[in-house]
Amino acid sequence: MSILRATAAGLSDLLASGEVSAREVAQAHLDQIDAVDGSVRAFLHVDGERALAAADAVDARRAAGEELGPLAGIPLAMKDIFTMTGAPTTCGSRILEGWIPPYNSTITERLLDAGVVVLGKTNMDEFAMGSSTENSGYFTTHNPWDTTKIPGGSGGGSAAALAAFEAPLAIGTDTGGSIRQPASVTGTVGVKPTYGATSRYGVVAMASSLDTPGPCARTVLDAALLHSVIAGWDPRDSTSINAPVPDVIGAARSGDVAGMRIGVVREFGGEGYQPGVEQRFAEALAVLEGLGAEIVEVSCPNFEYALPAYYLIMPSEVSSNLARFDAMRYGLRVGDDGVNGVEEVMNLTRGAGFGAEAKRRIIIGTYALSSGYYDAYYGSAQKVRTLISRDFDAAFAQVDVLVSPTTPTTAFTIGERVDDPLAMYKADLCTIPSNLAGNCAASIPCGLSLDDGLPVGFQVMAPPLADDRLYRVGAALERELASRWGGGLLDQLATSPAGAYLKVGDGR
Amino acid sequence: MALTAADVARLGELARIRLTDEELARLAPQLDVILQSVARVTEVAGADVPPTSHALPLTNVFREDVVTPSLARDAVLAAAPAVEDGRFRVPRILAEDA
Repeated sequence: MSILRATAAGLSDLLASGEVSAREVAQAHLDQIDAVDGSVRAFLHVDGERALAAADAVDARRAAGEELGPLAGIPLAMKDIFTMTGAPTTCGSRILEGWIPPYNSTITERLLDAGVVVLGKTNMDEFAMGSSTENSGYFTTHNPWDTTKIPGGSGGGSAAALAAFEAPLAIGTDTGGSIRQPASVTGTVGVKPTYGATSRYGVVAMASSLDTPGPCARTVLDAALLHSVIAGWDPRDSTSINAPVPDVIGAARSGDVAGMRIGVVREFGGEGYQPGVEQRFAEALAVLEGLGAEIVEVSCPNFEYALPAYYLIMPSEVSSNLARFDAMRYGLRVGDDGVNGVEEVMNLTRGAGFGAEAKRRIIIGTYALSSGYYDAYYGSAQKVRTLISRDFDAAFAQVDVLVSPTTPTTAFTIGERVDDPLAMYKADLCTIPSNLAGNCAASIPCGLSLDDGLPVGFQVMAPPLADDRLYRVGAALERELASRWGGGLLDQLATSPAGAYLKVGDGR
Repeated sequence: MALTAADVARLGELARIRLTDEELARLAPQLDVILQSVARVTEVAGADVPPTSHALPLTNVFREDVVTPSLARDAVLAAAPAVEDGRFRVPRILAEDA
């Protein structure tokens, strides 16, 4: 089996048995980044020396007979929103260009403690605001399935790195769908854990009541292995949940959905949904039914108000959180000429350093929170948040999980929606409710759309702290589809003419 | 409600973002469309619905009142845009006429 095509779980076995070294695994992925990232552009920053040193350290510990965890020596692509000492953290923004953070995020710490080999930092929409990486202050990442298409966003870099076989694992953050929508359009697996189940300490904040770090991978089991490393209570995050992490690995290994009640959200389909997406979604439902799950239709009437509520709550929190970029303690400073006062320097710095979408959202938030508009906008949006949670509560009283397409369409063309913010926002139509309510959700590949041959994602939503159900359903679907296709969805890319440039088709 | 370029400029100043004339001309109609679209939340936000500010019902999360290590001063100042005498150097904070 080739190192690049192997799963993290597969590599873990090869490393444990000594068939390959962590250095060989890291080098193979660094070589792949060298070979294909000029086309994909998933990474903002790669540090090969550091990765090889980390790999060598794992090899030395293993040689010394140390008992290592399952992810020791496995390479990972880190979204450039997690702080890590010794490397820049930009959040895809020019205002943080060159910033080297003086501390590690809790998740970075946990990954390093587990022996995970960080290859580099991945591209994203500026401060995680977007659905395509086109809002990155640096460049746009391309979808490995078709480089004229978007890789999703904001975590498009992490998802593209997985699909281009540049890394077997990645991490992201999901505020409105930034893990799940990129997973959907790149044919990868992405999980938004329960809000508070993964620490936000050292994750640059976008909308604090919604931001949720989570795992990205090519298989459900790999995502579960990563989930169990990064999740858990963190006293440094005051919104962290002090509860045991569910047995996500056991659930991913089991994949037993017999007798499970699966609710299809009636409101997520029809007008605006691509026929090829709806077809694959319906087929996936039939697969789960065939495995013994009971499929029922559920109505969540307030979900149609989730998008407008989100686009008030999120910008309000953004306008507050991004106030920290004030040109005083770190980051860009413009106009400090000895004459300009501090407010003018802030005005000039933020005018120069933020991109168009960051400015749009900060200004909408400033407006929504201003006196005279607060009750009508922010206040109403908070009430809608209550109604959405009630819809979830009522639904989860009837079913174990809810399902929908992850996003209404497959990957759209780069440039297609940049001048139409509302069209861009609709990419997160189905993912946003789980952020507002704080429950967990995942996107699992369910095939290629017949319209355009691009990946379609199947979203599973489960109640808070029932993250294991996502993995149970995801594993069931993945296993059955793989047996029909003779491999995973990304194996189809690896062996197709469209994926020939990735040079992984011969199983090397 | 129709936001004008002048409204957006004023919001920009409140948010400490200097916007160019071209940006104002582009942003005002875009923001107008977005605000009209999100105003739909008022359709269902009845007086009887309590607001939710956070998904978790957590209140007053405290840690033990003990001293924990802070970041080293040099490590923090290394990332500063300007440093003087071991401190952040900032532009003047009072206006000429203050």
